[in-house]
Amino acid sequence: MAGQTTERDAAFVAAWLTASADAVRAEADRLTELDSAIGDADHGNNMRRGFTAVVAGLEKERQEATGGVLLLAGRTLVSTVGGASGPLFGTLLRRAGKALGEAERVTDAELKEALEAGVDAVAQLGGAALGDKTMLDALLPAVAELPDYAAAARAAEAGAKATIPLRAHKGRASYLGERSVGHEDPGAASAALLLGALFQVSR
Amino acid sequence: MKMLINGAERVVADALRGMAAAHPELRVDVDRRLVVRGDAPVEGKVGLVSGGGSGHEPLHAGFVGYGMLDAACCGEVFTSPVPDQMTQAAAAVHGGAGVLLIVKNYTGDVLNFDMAAELVEDEGIEVAKVVVQDDVAVTDSTFTAGRRGTGGTLFVEKLAGAAAQEGAPLAVVAEVARRAAEGSRSFGVALHGPTTPAKGSPTFDLPPDQLELGIGIHGEPGRERRAMLGAAEIADLTVDALLADYGPGPTGPLLCLTNGMGGTPLLELYGFHAEVVRALGARGITPARSLVGDYVTSLDMAGCSVSLCQVDDELLRLWDAPVSTPGLRRGR
Repeated sequence: MAGQTTERDAAFVAAWLTASADAVRAEADRLTELDSAIGDADHGNNMRRGFTAVVAGLEKERQEATGGVLLLAGRTLVSTVGGASGPLFGTLLRRAGKALGEAERVTDAELKEALEAGVDAVAQLGGAALGDKTMLDALLPAVAELPDYAAAARAAEAGAKATIPLRAHKGRASYLGERSVGHEDPGAASAALLLGALFQVSR
Repeated sequence: MKMLINGAERVVADALRGMAAAHPELRVDVDRRLVVRGDAPVEGKVGLVSGGGSGHEPLHAGFVGYGMLDAACCGEVFTSPVPDQMTQAAAAVHGGAGVLLIVKNYTGDVLNFDMAAELVEDEGIEVAKVVVQDDVAVTDSTFTAGRRGTGGTLFVEKLAGAAAQEGAPLAVVAEVARRAAEGSRSFGVALHGPTTPAKGSPTFDLPPDQLELGIGIHGEPGRERRAMLGAAEIADLTVDALLADYGPGPTGPLLCLTNGMGGTPLLELYGFHAEVVRALGARGITPARSLVGDYVTSLDMAGCSVSLCQVDDELLRLWDAPVSTPGLRRGR
């Protein structure tokens, strides 16, 4: 398990995003299927398009700063994903990137703080809270477990699954009322993929 | 499901290439997915920018032209466009009198347009925004993202577009848009779910003997399912849902849009409109103006929505004003 003093560099952050892109691509059909049950059947495609652009952007504009990697990735998601997911996942990464700033190496504790800031910004932008059946249901318990990456990935996965019995209060799924119950939230499922990728590259 | 496409990833770009070929009076940027009036920016005229996910054609790109929108930003199918497109659209149509953003109330659209509005203001362009939320099927707005923007968007774009075309300043155009948005109510039903190119099968399964009530325009299922009804019964139920929402009842002239969702023949739609007018009449209301056709669609969804807009003489005059766009044209 990673300790508080382990340091991470820009290459680590880029590797995380690349692993996230791989996970999103591998699971795109499942994400779309989840979105089809309570949304509009496009989440997988939109996330795949966004993360493919993120990887391409990082290859083209190599970043030395840990924050720079996240800022570039966040901007790319905002300008390629669309829907609510673009601004929300984009804000998660941009705000975390802003927190890390120009640092070329950061500790796991600093990375945790930055991701907490990102998750706070998502909550503020979307006006959602824990239990609203959104990506926050995966993100909030996960960042609380950091810097234990394995526990964070497990918490995100459990958080996503825990959205199944919930009734959606935000986003397009909310229009279904009680009929949103019984389905996993696609945004939470995507967030869990990101945390799973983070665990994978931390090992 | 068979589709007349070259591939799901190319649907939006191909449609825009087709619009460019069919409408030389418009500037179509296929890469940026923008449709802009050929004569934009019109000096001294407020620029109207709207946009949203694709799949609702002719909304919004088909309403770009004289007397309606100045630019439309086209997102992926059922996905909001991104802030970059909106800021580029605003810059393209700003004729010195500011820009009005017309936004349908969906989390994604609102978030992206809000981000764009900030960026446009940073450029020194005056911006106003109106959010359309006309769908009465969403009842408990406190526990949802609020009412959806659906068919009423056409009223807002037409009325505000006419005001802008006459040279009204931004504050007045925005006020017209707000009055149109506040006066609009819509309710939709589906007989068959839409098939998105990405999924290739209907986004919700509706058995042949069932009707989905209170549907949106993104293939999201509605709030309630019932055994299939006849046109007269559906019209009664729709009109009741709309009128109940006006409270004491609409005052002043009423615009009525009987809107096809993309997969219902005009033959059925006109028959249904007759029932809507009959149902309104039975409740003491005669629409001042009617519009029937596919205007705010949901790909190939079978079904329809009815939108009413409570107006006054001034808005009625703006409704009658000339308009020339690919999707709506009269008097010019």
